[in-house]
Amino acid sequence: MTNKKQTLTAWLCLLPAIIFLGIFLVYPMIDVFIYSFEEGYNFASQSYFGLGSYNYSYVLHDPYFIQALKNTFIIVLITVPLSTGIALIISLALSSITKLRELFQTIFFLPYVTNTLAVGLVFMILFQKTAYTDGMVNVLINLFGGESIDFIDGPYPAKMFVMCFYTIWVVLPFKILILTSNLASVDPIYYKAAQIDATPKWRVFFKITLPMISPMIFYLAITGFIGAFKAYSDEVALFGTDLNAAGMNTIVGYIYDMLYGNSGGYPSYASAAAIILFAIVFTITVINLLVSEKTVYYQ
Amino acid sequence: MKIVLENLTKKFPNRDKKMKEDVIAVNSFSHEITDGKLIGLLGPSGCGKSTVLNLISGLEKPTSGKIFFGDDDVTNLPPENRGVGLVFQNYALYPHLNVMENIRFPLENLRGKDKLTKDQMEVKVLETAKLVQIEGLLDRKPGEMSGGQQQRVAIARALVKKPRVLLLDEPLSNLDARLRLQTREELKRIQLETGITTLFVTHDQEEAMSICDSIVVMKEGRIMQHGAPQEVYDHPQNLFVAKFLGTPQINVFKGQIRDGGLFIGKDRVMDVNATAANGANDNRVQKEENIDRVQKKENSIRIQNKENEKTVARDVYVAVRPEGFVAVSDTDLKDILHCDFMKMEVMGRDTSIICTHEAFEGTVIRAIVPSESRPQFIGGEVCFKLKPSKVHVFDAETEEVL
Amino acid sequence: MSDTKDLEKIEKRDKSIKIVRGAARYLFLTFWALIVLFPFYWMIITSFKSYSSYNSEYVPRLIITSPTLQNYVSAFTEVSLGRYLINTFIFTVITTAIMLVIVVLSAFAFSRLEFPGKNIVFALFLSLMMIPNELVIITNYVTITDLGLRNSFPGLVLPSVISVFYIYLLKENFEQIPDELYKAAKVDGTSDMRYLRRVMIPIAKPTIITIIILKVIECWNSYVWPRLITDDESYFLVSNGIQEIRENGFGRENIPAMMAAVVAISVPLMALFLIFRKKIMAGVARGGTKG
Repeated sequence: MTNKKQTLTAWLCLLPAIIFLGIFLVYPMIDVFIYSFEEGYNFASQSYFGLGSYNYSYVLHDPYFIQALKNTFIIVLITVPLSTGIALIISLALSSITKLRELFQTIFFLPYVTNTLAVGLVFMILFQKTAYTDGMVNVLINLFGGESIDFIDGPYPAKMFVMCFYTIWVVLPFKILILTSNLASVDPIYYKAAQIDATPKWRVFFKITLPMISPMIFYLAITGFIGAFKAYSDEVALFGTDLNAAGMNTIVGYIYDMLYGNSGGYPSYASAAAIILFAIVFTITVINLLVSEKTVYYQ
Repeated sequence: MKIVLENLTKKFPNRDKKMKEDVIAVNSFSHEITDGKLIGLLGPSGCGKSTVLNLISGLEKPTSGKIFFGDDDVTNLPPENRGVGLVFQNYALYPHLNVMENIRFPLENLRGKDKLTKDQMEVKVLETAKLVQIEGLLDRKPGEMSGGQQQRVAIARALVKKPRVLLLDEPLSNLDARLRLQTREELKRIQLETGITTLFVTHDQEEAMSICDSIVVMKEGRIMQHGAPQEVYDHPQNLFVAKFLGTPQINVFKGQIRDGGLFIGKDRVMDVNATAANGANDNRVQKEENIDRVQKKENSIRIQNKENEKTVARDVYVAVRPEGFVAVSDTDLKDILHCDFMKMEVMGRDTSIICTHEAFEGTVIRAIVPSESRPQFIGGEVCFKLKPSKVHVFDAETEEVL
Repeated sequence: MSDTKDLEKIEKRDKSIKIVRGAARYLFLTFWALIVLFPFYWMIITSFKSYSSYNSEYVPRLIITSPTLQNYVSAFTEVSLGRYLINTFIFTVITTAIMLVIVVLSAFAFSRLEFPGKNIVFALFLSLMMIPNELVIITNYVTITDLGLRNSFPGLVLPSVISVFYIYLLKENFEQIPDELYKAAKVDGTSDMRYLRRVMIPIAKPTIITIIILKVIECWNSYVWPRLITDDESYFLVSNGIQEIRENGFGRENIPAMMAAVVAISVPLMALFLIFRKKIMAGVARGGTKG
């Protein structure tokens, strides 16, 4: 019968996906919970003392984790609103011009196709103050009468500034692209109607444009939050692999450091930290969705 | 508010970039719209009628020419300063605002001495909602309403700020047939009640004829004819207008004028009384001539014969309204058009006779006669006498009326 | 209403507002374009400066006086940049190819074939989209280590070949292909697999290209997994390679040489982008908003 044959074909087609998903997604998902409750797990002997919540309590009392948590939250709270806002302004400007528009769009998209670790190195050198040079950015600061600061090995706020600046630089292309195409999908007839009614520009923006693209802005905010909470490789790009020493570690960085590297070999701690991160991201996403239901206009 | 359009021309760059020539949407368009009237701008799609509307609203700037509102030259004035109300074809209601907020939207834009308090706005919104009879729907969103209701909201939004001119772009095209009939009466009532000069664009001649004080027929960016609907229908100045107005469409034959008679094929259908004219092409003269033609004699048609030559045959188009046929049974009578009978459609009061003729320009001739005077046939042939007032003769080359 | 002078005033004000607005827009866009472009410009000019001339500039100069290719030579000889580039290329090609086969087969099964439990399995697949990578990477690290696949291409590739999101994207696209085509093919005696190869894949080509583009960008920039799973330099990808170069390369802070490496790493993807600019941007926009 053809039906039986089709069923067989279907399962054969799905087989590779199921195998890979099972081994590398489903099993690890369950396993990470188990790890996180196994106390005193030893990587070499693959043995543990007992079950309990000690791993969580260890992680939550680890000053490095607290530092990572603080850094992550600062990055999230600064970069998500700021990058979304800047992307919105740029997209608005882009959609109101015709000449050179494609050129600008292409330029703004460039960071998306760069290796963030490689370009991060460029940013580090631009902001770094060494014995040989104050760095390009400090030259500019001096030009406006400011004093040179070492953004890479200097004071915490300076480091955080570069961190956020680079993060925004990296995430903007995607947001600009999405918002520009979303703005273009708003029927121009609404703007014409508003113009006939002598609507001031700011009112057109707040009363028409913003409500109409609000679903996309919230989508960008949610994905932005999730992305920023997972910040890691941009930090490595600027401050090197030893983020704890630089005081610039993030939650994800903490997880990897626990797993591997000089301070590594503690998959249980890493698992506990990963689950804490997951819980945070989950909570924030739910809050976001609840807020958006109240404020976002869906067609 | 009187609106004067002076030599308006609007060119667009060609969409096909290989073609360097601009597309001329509106071509030296001059017209005066009388204050307080309902004017229909009529023409097939792509004739530039919507562009004229956009030029008046200010959404587009003319390439050349001038626009006056009363005595004010508004040609370069941005739309927001013109004080026009515009109803879009698909209504353009803000989907995220409810009816109340939509209608109130233009009022909230007023600044300076025109600024209104919340209560004043409320009063105006209710007043306008009542005018278009949607006062029960104020808290609905556009998505929750029928097309007809959205249409009313759109009109209310355009009217609430008391515009000097109301512009409607194909206002009825998105409604179903029954609603369309109802809404166009409504439009007429609202226009009469407010007395605002109203211009509306449509491709549906029936719509325009039924409610307008005056219509303007356009083709390829030019005015073909303007005037009161009945006047334009009775006296089309060219073949285009004759064909465009009236349903079923006018029947067009190839014909000839010779020997003081009008011929369709080999049938002589009518006498021709040629009046010598002085090649006058001026509108006014033509108008007088039109009045002249109303008094057509029984079975004869009066035309302007510029060459004043009766002997030389002249090719013409003969257009006959469907109601201009009188079915006759006696084939011996003179001035008869002989057609080949195809079929008959009885529609209660009237009967359509479908037939063909060798000199006919389309596929089938459609003649409408009262059902009680349905004809008898001889040999699959049907004979008609033509009512002179329903027959229009156009020059074969210029397609202008003779 | 108003006299002619008022109207003229309004016209003039309207015109000047428009000019000012336009100028402000271009100024702002140009400003941001400079911020975006400057790092690229800087890395390119620095990569052509000699070590000594770079270090002698206390205030960095934005022009090159005597360009040299020495840095590129160093980047490919003193450190294993060539190795990193080849590794990344191999990794990208293999990963993308395997992923594509898996994704196409799964999307085909979900969209074209009928089998009991299809909807439940698809719902399960979708729910897997919510699992963050960070959660599963720990166990995967252990799994790969236990399998003895550290420092090997299978170790790098295997956990990276699956993406539920792309299955979803392609399934949606496959479903838009009208049923009549399938029926017609069946009448002609075409087998399911041949129908997939000859009809569905060609029709869904734009989506497949989108998926390839997104995956290639992802592969080229992947850092975390390769870092965990490789500590042997000969299996480093470019991201780890550049980190290695930065921390241990060239024996000293040779910034021009580092910049040459950065340029060499950035060029392939940039070139790809500039060639397929429209496709890539449309693809990212589609992939980004469907999720």
